[in-house]
Amino acid sequence: MAENLFEKLKNSLVKTKKSFSGKIDQLINYSGVYDEDFFEELEEILILSDIGYESTNEIIEKTREIITRENITDKVKVKNTIKSVVRDILKKDEDRHREINVPAVILIVGVNGVGKTTTIAKLANMYKSKGMNVMLAAGDTFRAAAVEQLEIWADRVGVPIIKNAQGADPSSVIYDALQAARSRKTDILICDTAGRLHNKDNLMKELSKMNKIINNSSDHFSVYRYLVLDATSGTNALSQAATFNEVTKLDGIILTKLDGSAKGGIIIPIKNQYHIPVEYVGVGEGMDDLQEFMPEDFAEILFE
Amino acid sequence: MVFEGLSSKLQDTFKKLRGKGKLTEKDIKEATREIKLALLEADVNFKVVKSFVKNINERALGADVLKSLTPGQQVIKIVNDELTSLMGGQPAKLEYSPKGITVIMLVGLQGAGKTTTAGKLAGHIKKDSKKVLLAACDVYRPAAIKQLQVIGNQVGAEVFADTEEKNPVVIAQNALKYAKEHFFDVVIFDTAGRLHIDEALMNELVDIKEKVAPDHTILNIDSMTGQEAVNVAETFNDKISLSGVILTKLDGDTRGGAALSVASVTGKPILFAGMGEKLTDLEIFYPDRMASRILGMGDVLTLIEKAQADFDEEKAVELQEKIRKQTFTLEDFKQQLAQMKDMGSFKDILEMIPGAGKKALKGIDVDEKEFVRSEAIINSMTPEERNNPSIINANRRKRIAAGSGTRVQDVNKLLKGFEQSKKMMKQFSGLNNKKHGKFKFPFM
Ligand SMILES: Nc1nc2c(ncn2[C@@H]2O[C@H](COP(=O)(O)OP(=O)(O)O)[C@@H](O)[C@H]2O)c(=O)[nH]1
Ligand SMILES: [Mg+2]
Repeated sequence: MAENLFEKLKNSLVKTKKSFSGKIDQLINYSGVYDEDFFEELEEILILSDIGYESTNEIIEKTREIITRENITDKVKVKNTIKSVVRDILKKDEDRHREINVPAVILIVGVNGVGKTTTIAKLANMYKSKGMNVMLAAGDTFRAAAVEQLEIWADRVGVPIIKNAQGADPSSVIYDALQAARSRKTDILICDTAGRLHNKDNLMKELSKMNKIINNSSDHFSVYRYLVLDATSGTNALSQAATFNEVTKLDGIILTKLDGSAKGGIIIPIKNQYHIPVEYVGVGEGMDDLQEFMPEDFAEILFE
Repeated sequence: MVFEGLSSKLQDTFKKLRGKGKLTEKDIKEATREIKLALLEADVNFKVVKSFVKNINERALGADVLKSLTPGQQVIKIVNDELTSLMGGQPAKLEYSPKGITVIMLVGLQGAGKTTTAGKLAGHIKKDSKKVLLAACDVYRPAAIKQLQVIGNQVGAEVFADTEEKNPVVIAQNALKYAKEHFFDVVIFDTAGRLHIDEALMNELVDIKEKVAPDHTILNIDSMTGQEAVNVAETFNDKISLSGVILTKLDGDTRGGAALSVASVTGKPILFAGMGEKLTDLEIFYPDRMASRILGMGDVLTLIEKAQADFDEEKAVELQEKIRKQTFTLEDFKQQLAQMKDMGSFKDILEMIPGAGKKALKGIDVDEKEFVRSEAIINSMTPEERNNPSIINANRRKRIAAGSGTRVQDVNKLLKGFEQSKKMMKQFSGLNNKKHGKFKFPFM
C-alpha cells in the first residue's frame, strides 16, 4: 500500500511539477550563456514555486558558486547542480526525523483550515493500521461543529475520542484525554486544536497552556508537536512556522493538499531557516491520503 | 523579514535626486527591481508582477515628478495608485437582485473559509432587513452541514439542510424552491471545498450553478495563498464565471498578494475581507489599503503622503502671495471652498490657524451648509466677474441668483464674505509670512 500511496503522491506531483522543471529546461536550453539574466530568470522560476526570496537567493548563489568553481557549462550538469542544491536543503535536519516512541501524545497545531482535523484522522488511521491503539482528543472547542467533525472521523477510523461541548476550555479537554489515555494504556493520543492565526497573542497563549499541560505528562508520554501547513500557502507559512515553533517547540511539519496544483515549495525555506523536519504530506481528503515525506524523492520529483 | 530593510534601501537609492522634471528610464529601472521583489515577497504571482511592472514602466516614463519627491518615490506612488486601481479602485458593493430573490453561491478550495463566510454574509445582509436562507450543499466534509447549522443559529438565519440527500445539486434545487416558497429575499449556497483541478467536482459546481442561476458567484480565497492563487482563480472563473471575490483570514500577518493576483486575472471585484473568526468580522474591502499592505512600503508611502501635503502647502503659500498682492479672486475663493468641504468643521480649522483667535473670527459666517450654495453662486458668474467682483452690479446679482437657484441676498452675503476673507487673509499673511507652524491649509 505504501507504494501505491507514493505513486499517488508522485503522480500528483509530476503533473504539477512538470511546469517547474519544464521551465528550467527551457531556460537552460535557450539561455546558453550563464549570465546575470540567466540567474535572474532562475530566481523568478524558483519564486513561482513558492520557494520564497531568501531561499531562492541561497539556491542561486550556491548554484552560481558551484558552476563557476567547477567551470560547468553543460546544460544537463547545470540542471543537476540546481537539483542537488535543492536536495541538500530538503535533506537538512532529517536526522531529527525519528520513529515515534509509545506511549506518545501528539499535539496538532496550525492556522485555520489547513487540514488539522483531517490529518489527525489520517494519522490515527496510519498508527492503527500499524497495530497501535490510538485515542483522539477533541481540542477544538471553538469552531462550530469541530467536535462533531472529529467524532465522525474517530468513528470511521474506529478509535475512541475524548470530547467536551463546544465552548469548553480546550485545556481541560486535553487534560481529561491525557488522564484517559494513561489509564487505558493508549499508545498514541492525538490532540486536535482550534485553528489559530499565529499573530493572535491570546490564542497563542491558550495554545501555550495546552502545550504546558501536555509537557507535564512527559513522565509517561513522549511528546510530539506537529505543525500542519497548507501547500497552497505562500510565504506566510514561514511566519507560521516561526511563531508556532516559538510557542510550542515543533517536532515536525505535515504538509497538506499536495494533491492540488500548488508546488509545495514553501518547505524549502522552512527547512532552510527553521530546521524543522517535514514528517508527512497530505495528498487528499480521505484517511488513506497520507504519505511519509521523503526528501530525496521530493527533490527528484520537483526536477523530474 | 526580508523586506523590513527594503524601504530604507529604497530611501538610500533615491535620496540623491530631488524631483524636478520627468521620470527617466533610469529612474524607473532603478525602482522597479525593488518593487518587483516587494510584490513577489507579498506572494503576488510572478506573471502578474511581470506584466504589472511592464505597465508601470510605460505609465511612469515621462511622468511628472512631484517637486518634493524623488524619482524613486514618485515611481512608488505610481505603483501604489496602479495597484489600487487594479483591485477596483473604489470599494465594491454587493447588489441585490432588483426583483425577486437574490441568489449567492460561495465557492473555493478546501479550508478557504466558505462556511464561516456564509454565516458572516448572512449576518451582513440581515442588517439590510432582508430575510436570508443559508443552504448547506457541502455533503462531503464531515460535519460541514452541522457547522453551517450552528453558524446559522448564531446569526439568526434559517438553514436549509437535508442530511439524507447525497447529491448537492438536488439539495441546491430544493433549497431554492424552499426559499421561493417561503419568501426569502436572499439565499446563500455554501458549497463543498474543491480543488480547481478536480474535474468531477468542478463539473458539479457547473451543474449547481445552472440549476440555481446565482446573481453572485463568489470565490472565497485565503489571503495566505501563494503563487497558485492565479491558477485557482483563473480556473474557477473559466469554469463557472465568477462575479466577485471574498478574501478570507486577512486578520493574519500575510501581505496578501493573492488579492492582487486574483483581481488581476479575474477582473472581478473583491467584495469583502474576512477579518476574524467572529461572525461580525466581515469588512468592506478597501483597494487602497490593500495596495499599501501588498507593497509593504508603509513608511515610504507615509513620506509620499507628507510630500503631497507639503506640495499642497506650497500651493497655499502661493495663494497667500496672491492675496497680499491683492489678486485673490472669486475663482481662488471657490477653490478654497471646494477644499474646505472635505475638511470637516470649518470653524475648527479657522480656529487652528495661529493668530486667528476667536476674536479675529468674529463676524465671519462659517455656516458649512453654505459651501454648496456658495459654489453654485460662483459657478454662475462669468470669468470676468470672478476676477473682478467689483463689477458685479445689481443686475448681475439678479442674474447670478437666478442662475444658481439662490436669492439675491445669498449673492450679497457671499460677496460680503469674500471681502471679509480677503481682509483677513491680508492680516494673516502679515502675521506669518513664511513659517506657518502647524497651519497647512489655505483659508478664506
Ligand atoms: N485536497 C486536499 N484537501 C485536504 C487535505 N487535508 C485536508 N483537506 C481538506 O481541507 C479542508 C479543511 O480541513 P480540516 O481538517 O477541517 O482543517 P482544520 O481547520 O485545520 O482542522 C477540508 O475540506 C479537508 O477535507 C489534503 O491533503 N488534500
Ligand atoms: Mg479542525
